[in-house]
Amino acid sequence: MSLLESSEVCKRFSGITALDDVSIRVEPGEPVGLIGPNGAGKTTFFNCLLGILRADRGRVVFNGRDITRLPVYKRARLGFGRTFQRVELFTGMTVRDHLLVAERSRLGTGRLWKDVLNLANPTAKEQRRADETLGLLGLLDVADEPIESLSLGRARLVELGRALMTEPLLLLLDEPSSGLDQSETMELVGTLQTVQSERGTAILLVEHDVEMVQAFAARLYVLDFGVVIASGPTAEVMDDEAVRKAYLGELV
Amino acid sequence: MSDLINYVILGIPFGCVFALVAVGLVLTYKTSGVFNLAFGAQAFVSAAVFYDTVTNHDWPLLPAFIVSVFIVAPLVGLILDRALYRHLRTAPAIAKLVTSIGLLIAIPEIVKLLPDFDFLQSSAFNPPTIWPNPFAYYHFGEYVLDGNQVATLISTAAAVLFLTALFRWTTIGLQMRAVVESPRMTELAGINADRVSAFSWMLSSTFAGLAGVLLAPLFAQLAAPNFTILLIAAIAAAAFGRLTSIPLAFLGGILLGVAQGVLGGYLPADSILANGLRPSLPFVVLFLLLLFWPGLRHRSEIVDPLSGVDPPPPGLSAEKRMRLLTYTTWGLGIVVVAVGLYVALFVVSSFWLLIITKAVIFSLIFLSITVITGMAGQISLCQASFAAVGSFGTAQLAQHFGLPVLLTMVIGAAMAAVVGGLLAIPALRLGGIFLALATLAFALMFESIFVPLDWVSGGVLPTKVPRPTFLESDRTFLLFSLGLLVVISLVVILVRKGTTGRYLDALRGSETAATAIGINPARARIVAFALSAGIAGLGGGLLAIQENQANYSANFQVLFGLLWLVIVVTIGARTVEGAVQAGLAIAFVPEILKALGLSPAYQFILFGLGAITYAKHPEGILEYNKRKSLQAVQRFLTRGKTPRDGTGGEVITTRPEPATVGAGNPGQRS
Repeated sequence: MSLLESSEVCKRFSGITALDDVSIRVEPGEPVGLIGPNGAGKTTFFNCLLGILRADRGRVVFNGRDITRLPVYKRARLGFGRTFQRVELFTGMTVRDHLLVAERSRLGTGRLWKDVLNLANPTAKEQRRADETLGLLGLLDVADEPIESLSLGRARLVELGRALMTEPLLLLLDEPSSGLDQSETMELVGTLQTVQSERGTAILLVEHDVEMVQAFAARLYVLDFGVVIASGPTAEVMDDEAVRKAYLGELV
Repeated sequence: MSDLINYVILGIPFGCVFALVAVGLVLTYKTSGVFNLAFGAQAFVSAAVFYDTVTNHDWPLLPAFIVSVFIVAPLVGLILDRALYRHLRTAPAIAKLVTSIGLLIAIPEIVKLLPDFDFLQSSAFNPPTIWPNPFAYYHFGEYVLDGNQVATLISTAAAVLFLTALFRWTTIGLQMRAVVESPRMTELAGINADRVSAFSWMLSSTFAGLAGVLLAPLFAQLAAPNFTILLIAAIAAAAFGRLTSIPLAFLGGILLGVAQGVLGGYLPADSILANGLRPSLPFVVLFLLLLFWPGLRHRSEIVDPLSGVDPPPPGLSAEKRMRLLTYTTWGLGIVVVAVGLYVALFVVSSFWLLIITKAVIFSLIFLSITVITGMAGQISLCQASFAAVGSFGTAQLAQHFGLPVLLTMVIGAAMAAVVGGLLAIPALRLGGIFLALATLAFALMFESIFVPLDWVSGGVLPTKVPRPTFLESDRTFLLFSLGLLVVISLVVILVRKGTTGRYLDALRGSETAATAIGINPARARIVAFALSAGIAGLGGGLLAIQENQANYSANFQVLFGLLWLVIVVTIGARTVEGAVQAGLAIAFVPEILKALGLSPAYQFILFGLGAITYAKHPEGILEYNKRKSLQAVQRFLTRGKTPRDGTGGEVITTRPEPATVGAGNPGQRS
């Protein structure tokens, strides 16, 4: 059984068809890439998968459950993790707090009466898990810094760490390399590979950086004007004529 | 049938005034992102000038009309733009709304203090109409209109023709629409956004002036609150136009007037429905429109796409200071409170003892604003209504069921919490200024529908509240209130640093990201609203016990609620100290003014204009100054040592950017 299966997802914005019958599949623990030119509908598709936008038509099945009508936070609890193209961080919190909030949300043990009785401080176990993830991402040196003081590259890692704390079955990464230089990008690929192999997390990656996709994804979907124009193993798709024309054409 | 037509016709002139105001509101909101609640105050200025020139100085009507509507009103608009809103152009919509609430409070008081306008403080009866013959009636077939109604129809028609021409045939009309989208981007395109914004402010202010002069004769006396409340009613019409469509806003105004006319005609004259529903109709309509009108529910606020360029607000200073300083501050704080308490209990007269008690009770009420605004980041304009629910609950349950007052106070607080939670459920979809407007509509509905009812307020005379015997003495009462304040302060501090507070911080930082890690935004906000309302209700009940009665008109009117909000956010809504200092301010400033021999009007001017600082320092002036002095002290303490630097590297701004949803949608931001 596939971990994620979207069938014939459609989304229109007043006359413009942003997504037209998009059907994809992600197996448990699989690294998959989703590429396409600007405006192809990649982020819109992510937003439909996570429920930030509601698809006009089509179905999304996650882990054997139809989640098409679920709100965002419920999908997140089922095992979606997500990072954003433009970083979305919690202003005024430290790096560690970002992870601790996510951990608390995963456990779902936050209650008002516990706050009032001062029982809401992070437990030793929560602290340890946060430190593990910080260590994995190489963020321990800035753990107690306010998020505003981080570079864009490390801020993206905080987003990744926050998503990892919820123990997702599937990570949706939206252009994680934008704003990063070459070496930072390759470092990120290394980290993602560790996450994928050690934790068995499936990863769906939206990316512009062809090199990064080739280095990371085993399978590719190519989106153009809201339509899936190619899919298959990475090497095959990259050789496909239609893909080269639609997507790589602008590079030649 | 002819009755119906008659009522419709009678409603139209009133609807025209609503329409004028609604068009003016939409105009400023579209061109400067300011939802101008001070519109009524601007209308009041023109009405006052017209009254003064005609009644006190015997000017002919025409020059008086021209001066008050076409000179004074645009001038007020120009001043507001030049001196104020121009500098707030990229501030969040909510900060601009708070500024306009401050002006709503301050402007009428400033006018009353002007040399020639002291008549407004006592007897400004029978405001004149702009129609030369005020007692003339005009027959149109079988229908009759008076002079002022005819004048209203003519002015409105002229205003509509002027606006249509402006938007259709002039460059400035087009530019005005560009400035709405993004002033910074418009300037990059070579258009002088300052000029366009100044022009639109003058234009909308003229509409306010016109509405003010036309409205004045409908009341027996020229009084600012009439204007404010009535013009807030016109927001319903603006909401009908989704706050952005001028033709729809105009239509909404007319419909509102007609609906009121028809209701007034058909409902039995002295029924509860006629007395309650007719004046509250606009607020009910506004509330329902905000909640259910398609296009408003998911409407994003007008936000400059480039506003994310500004750095985010810094965190609380207390979180960054050195441990030694924290202990010193705490030590000093305890000493100050202990000395203050000793002075309050044993040194000062019983009069000042009461003032201090009042400060403590209001500090407690203001902690509710710390929860909803400081923690949840929402502006609620109905905190006074929540306090009133607590106060009424305390009084009525003690009166009718003979329960002990302290028990009914707790039940009253619980009732307020339930009301707050219930209000939060439908209002959840709304954020930012739309939530603020919905709470304002709720407060006005509460005031005009529920407060007059016997079983709520006790009717004309406030319900009596007995004081428990062990609290008979004012000294023990002060100690009791202080104890309650300490307990609730602890609750607020613990909730802020607990899971609920962290979730709310996360939602405020980025709602998209917070929900993506599984935080339920609805639950977090309902909890925040209920907690806030409960605290307000507890404070309201305590105030009722202290005053021996649940007195709505002296304590909980909608306009007082606005004043509370303005005071707290100006001083600092993020911290408990902020709420306490706001409580001290509201209790002591009037007494200090009295001691200095100054008019009590100065407190409204002081607090109202103070709200202007909110846009610059959303954390409050207290927190701002604390941070500055903290930096100075820490620099002093660490001099000679190497200053600790940041991590270096490119610094990013982490303003909550909207997720890229669709094309060109500025997203929701609260």
